[in-house]
Amino acid sequence: MLSKVVSKEEALSKIHDGQTIMFGDWHGEFAADEIIDGMLEKGVKDIHAIAVSAGMPDQGVGKLIREKRVKTLVTTHIALNPLARDQMFAGELDIEFCPQGTWSERIRCGGAGLGGCLTPTGVGTEVENGKQKLTINGKEYLLEMPLHADVSLIKATKADTAGNLYFHLNSRATNSTMAFAGDFVIAEVEEVVEVGELGPEEIHVPAPIVDMVYVRTGEKRPLCPMWQRAKAKAEAKAREKAEGGNK
Amino acid sequence: MAELTGRALIASRCAKFFKNGDFVNLGIGVPLMCVNYLPEGVELWLEAEIGTVGSGPSPSWDDVDIDCIDAGGQPASIIPGGSVYDNETSFMFIRGGHIDAAVLGTLQVDQEGSIANWTIPGKLVPGMGGAMDLCAGVKKIIVATDHCEKNGQSKILKKCTLPLTGYQCVTDIVTERCYFEVTPEGLVLREVAPGYTVEDILACTEADVIVPDKVGVMQ
Repeated sequence: MLSKVVSKEEALSKIHDGQTIMFGDWHGEFAADEIIDGMLEKGVKDIHAIAVSAGMPDQGVGKLIREKRVKTLVTTHIALNPLARDQMFAGELDIEFCPQGTWSERIRCGGAGLGGCLTPTGVGTEVENGKQKLTINGKEYLLEMPLHADVSLIKATKADTAGNLYFHLNSRATNSTMAFAGDFVIAEVEEVVEVGELGPEEIHVPAPIVDMVYVRTGEKRPLCPMWQRAKAKAEAKAREKAEGGNK
Repeated sequence: MAELTGRALIASRCAKFFKNGDFVNLGIGVPLMCVNYLPEGVELWLEAEIGTVGSGPSPSWDDVDIDCIDAGGQPASIIPGGSVYDNETSFMFIRGGHIDAAVLGTLQVDQEGSIANWTIPGKLVPGMGGAMDLCAGVKKIIVATDHCEKNGQSKILKKCTLPLTGYQCVTDIVTERCYFEVTPEGLVLREVAPGYTVEDILACTEADVIVPDKVGVMQ
């Protein structure tokens, strides 16, 4: 079977200025961190990003936003990245807010060959501005258009060399749907195994959908910066409590 | 047990809406506190937008799994029998009418049952996340909120002035002072918290309030 395992340089050779890129993650957790760092080093800019949130300034797509590499963002939530808000107010980052279920379904449409979807979400709110409204069996729906990308940059727990992907617990998040909606799909993984080691029921995204597999060379499962901070705070509090108790 | 007040009272009252086995989505903050006040014999399936059915309590740092998180990206756990999905399937549950109830915090809510909780234009722009989908697809939308702003202004209005999250979707409003049922006729005052009178509620509520013959005590 053709091996899709590549180096970071080979993966980065597919990522260019001005592309529309989907970033699979959840507030910057479960993101393709090493490739994103590579994009920062390579200087990739003017990115049209699609991501569920703006991440955090030190997590996921949030790092590219921090360095002003992102020009437009289609997202659902930016509260954890104040830099995104600042850039939006300054007119440097164009943000399209989309209800999360609609955002997710638009990506599915992009990957499933559908011309859009009809959703009741947003009817009667400003989300319906500029959109076609249809009444079906007496109920109003908005026509929402598909989202598609030049590159889908996703992160999986495990791949086999053919490109089959497995996601542990919640890390599937937005990653698996995005795999279908990009012309070129790059998966960063913690571990690669031989074909046959992942059973048919463990494969969430099948090999033909994935173009490249990049295996992390740094720490496989690092604690994300948000959790590192929270843990340090909890430990400091516990120490304080223990010391207080000794007085 | 000491008498509950404030946000604990809100959470405790909201928890009384649930039946054993209900499939429920709870927002961050006071809504999530409901799990601490469930009536005896009531166990819920908690849904998290990231794609969990059966979210459990926050784990200790020794027990965290970096791949098990809640909607806010914080460490989470999954109860026995729980399951995980992609984000898109999570919204099939939400929009598809499969979830029995959701509890949401808010900036404003009005007597027509419309809710505004996602933006203050030019000031606060967190984004709507999954809130609009919950409003569109969940049968029972319970709003858990402080009755007034810090400056004393009522959050329960005749008509929301901020951009809406959901239009005429709220079924119940619980504050630290009272519980309103949202009906086609308007807000009906069902219960008043200990320490408040019906007159107190009318005085601090901008919305029109229907006062029935019998008003209960909120617990």
